[in-house]
Amino acid sequence: MTVHPDVEPGRDFRLSDIWTNERSRSLVIQIVALLVLFLTLAWIVNNTVQNLENLGVETGYGFLEQPASYDINQRLVEYSSRSTHARAALVGFLNTVLVAVTGIIFATLLGFMVGVLRLSNNWLVSRLMTAYVEFTRNVPVLLHILLWYGIVLHVLPHPKEAIEPISGLFLSNRGFYLPRPVFEDFAWVIPASLVATLVGVYLFARHARRVQERTGKIYPVLSMSLAAIIAVPVVAYFAAGSPAHLDWPALKGFNYKGGIALKPEFFALWFALSIYTAAFIAEIVRGGIVAVSHGQTEAAFSLGIKPGWTMRLVVIPQALRVIVPPLISQYLNLTKNSSLAIAVGYMDLTATIGRISLNQTGRALECMSILLTIYLLISLMISAFMNWYNKRIRLVER
Amino acid sequence: MRKLILLIAAGALAAVTSVAGAATLDDVRAKGHVQCGINTGLPGFAYKDEAGEWQGFDVDYCRAVAAAVFGDAGALKYTNLTGATRFEALKAGEIDVLSRNTTWTYSRDNDLKLTFVGVNYYDGQGFIVNKALGVESAHDLEGASVCIQTGTTTELNLADFFRANGMNYEPVPIENNEEARQNYLAGRCDVYTTDRSGLAATRASLENPDDHVVLPEIISKEPLGPLVRHGDDEWGDIARWTLNVLILAEEYGIDSGNVNELAEGTNNPEINRMLGTEGEFGAMLGLDQNWVVNVINAVGNYAEIFDRNIGPDTAIGLSRGVNASYLDGGILYAPPFR
Repeated sequence: MTVHPDVEPGRDFRLSDIWTNERSRSLVIQIVALLVLFLTLAWIVNNTVQNLENLGVETGYGFLEQPASYDINQRLVEYSSRSTHARAALVGFLNTVLVAVTGIIFATLLGFMVGVLRLSNNWLVSRLMTAYVEFTRNVPVLLHILLWYGIVLHVLPHPKEAIEPISGLFLSNRGFYLPRPVFEDFAWVIPASLVATLVGVYLFARHARRVQERTGKIYPVLSMSLAAIIAVPVVAYFAAGSPAHLDWPALKGFNYKGGIALKPEFFALWFALSIYTAAFIAEIVRGGIVAVSHGQTEAAFSLGIKPGWTMRLVVIPQALRVIVPPLISQYLNLTKNSSLAIAVGYMDLTATIGRISLNQTGRALECMSILLTIYLLISLMISAFMNWYNKRIRLVER
Repeated sequence: MRKLILLIAAGALAAVTSVAGAATLDDVRAKGHVQCGINTGLPGFAYKDEAGEWQGFDVDYCRAVAAAVFGDAGALKYTNLTGATRFEALKAGEIDVLSRNTTWTYSRDNDLKLTFVGVNYYDGQGFIVNKALGVESAHDLEGASVCIQTGTTTELNLADFFRANGMNYEPVPIENNEEARQNYLAGRCDVYTTDRSGLAATRASLENPDDHVVLPEIISKEPLGPLVRHGDDEWGDIARWTLNVLILAEEYGIDSGNVNELAEGTNNPEINRMLGTEGEFGAMLGLDQNWVVNVINAVGNYAEIFDRNIGPDTAIGLSRGVNASYLDGGILYAPPFR
């Protein structure tokens, strides 16, 4: 029998071999452990269902179709107290996605900047960045959130005395108010021109790379692309006869109306999560850059490559291999930490379906299962995307 | 790791199975104390005094239950619960009785499977605002920011009120009364809304109570009372009759000052039945013959509890209003003790 290679050849299989043979023994232990685990889980589920039945508690997801009956202050889609619990969950989901996406973007930008600056030869700059990283990542994120919420609430004035640092921007302890662009007919020209420019930039970059590979001639792709991306939509805007105007926020009664409002709850959560996660990202970036052998830089210099290009073409691509995998964890952490929103009353997924809907309907198991599934899905999606990116930037050995 | 999983599973099982046990009175006797769910802090109703002891209108009810079961109001432990955690705690068997200014509603009774044992305070939802805003009616609140405790009936009433009146508002969700007070003082919200008894309590705790005014509108009925889990009628009856005897004691003029004297026997058969000198009424509930005497000795009658915690002479300063005994023109009325 090939399964038992260490059994003497020619000897018959004995029942005791199952236990005395190391390989089969470990197999048996694993099977038994798995069986016990599954049986226990089945027992728990069965017991829960049984107990709920004994208590006469109804289970099921029918409540999702009932009116939620409560209001939500920040909503990215149409919602009123007559909307369903499912709709409330959607509003919460979008609020979670909003804070996660904007948080990830800001944390990445800040983290990369701090990580690189911490390696700076300038004593003051590198020490300042060290202080930032050490302070931020050694304080629990919940305290960061409460701290920034407290700052907005107690330092900024009441809407009636709102600060207006630049025309149209109002800062108050009820939130930050900005003018909102309102688009009219022909406004589609602007996004259309932007898309066209992006396609053009992509084609130009491809062309430039081919020219460089063939002739060695280098176009200034980055600066030209940036200029085009900014200039073309602006030109298109005026060419279409300025088909947009700004909706200015104005104080009416108790609060500002019109414009875009950034609530203190959103700001505190977004900012605290960003700077907290950025501290970790900064360390990951620093680690990644340091991990690239100094010989690589010296080799590049000896080939006459300029320092900026050395960074971009030699160091960063190799550093990214080290940076991206732990970066995924940080993105996931930020997304999951956003459920701390509850501490400041930001109406995210946890606060809506996981809290208010749960309390008003008493459907604890159902709400928790929905919550669990959605967080899992968000995290798996981020994971899948980042793994794809990680594969793309992997070092290709030639 | 495997051990850990098994341990967790066993723990979860233990938690789940304990719910199924129906004989709450036996469980309570076995552990030696009543576990009572109360507010995390609401002046007059559940608050810590200078000695660090929990006091208040809702807390006194807990003490009455402990006195009824054990003859000792001290055989009691508290679990502080927010509006959002209270029902789960009760349903999961973490507490034996919930006395946390909770509104009796149809769906809580029938959908959440809870048993309200009566009403100890007839309340209604109102609004408190700073006088400086010059608001005189809740109908002037168009566009205001409103602090509101999540997971409460007041949250739903608020949505209904503004919708029915075609007004907009910004809800500012908060977890408990203290957080509401802080947000309200910091100006995060213009208005705080909750039951008017809670508003009176909050107002009393502000630095300058006279700067704040409770608006005249009452936008809902909020009958507040203690509650227990569905499924254990014997325990529910103990909770219900503990509340009833507090009200009956006021009707019959029994208070903590004269209860021991009256317990020696009177000419009034109803008083004799209550105080255990006639009949075997304690045994019907599985309690001592003199359980009512213990209750009144521990906390006094309803009027004493009211006056001591939230009455006109306290900082809360609530008048009896509809919460007066039916003999005095109120709607407080308990079934006869016979």
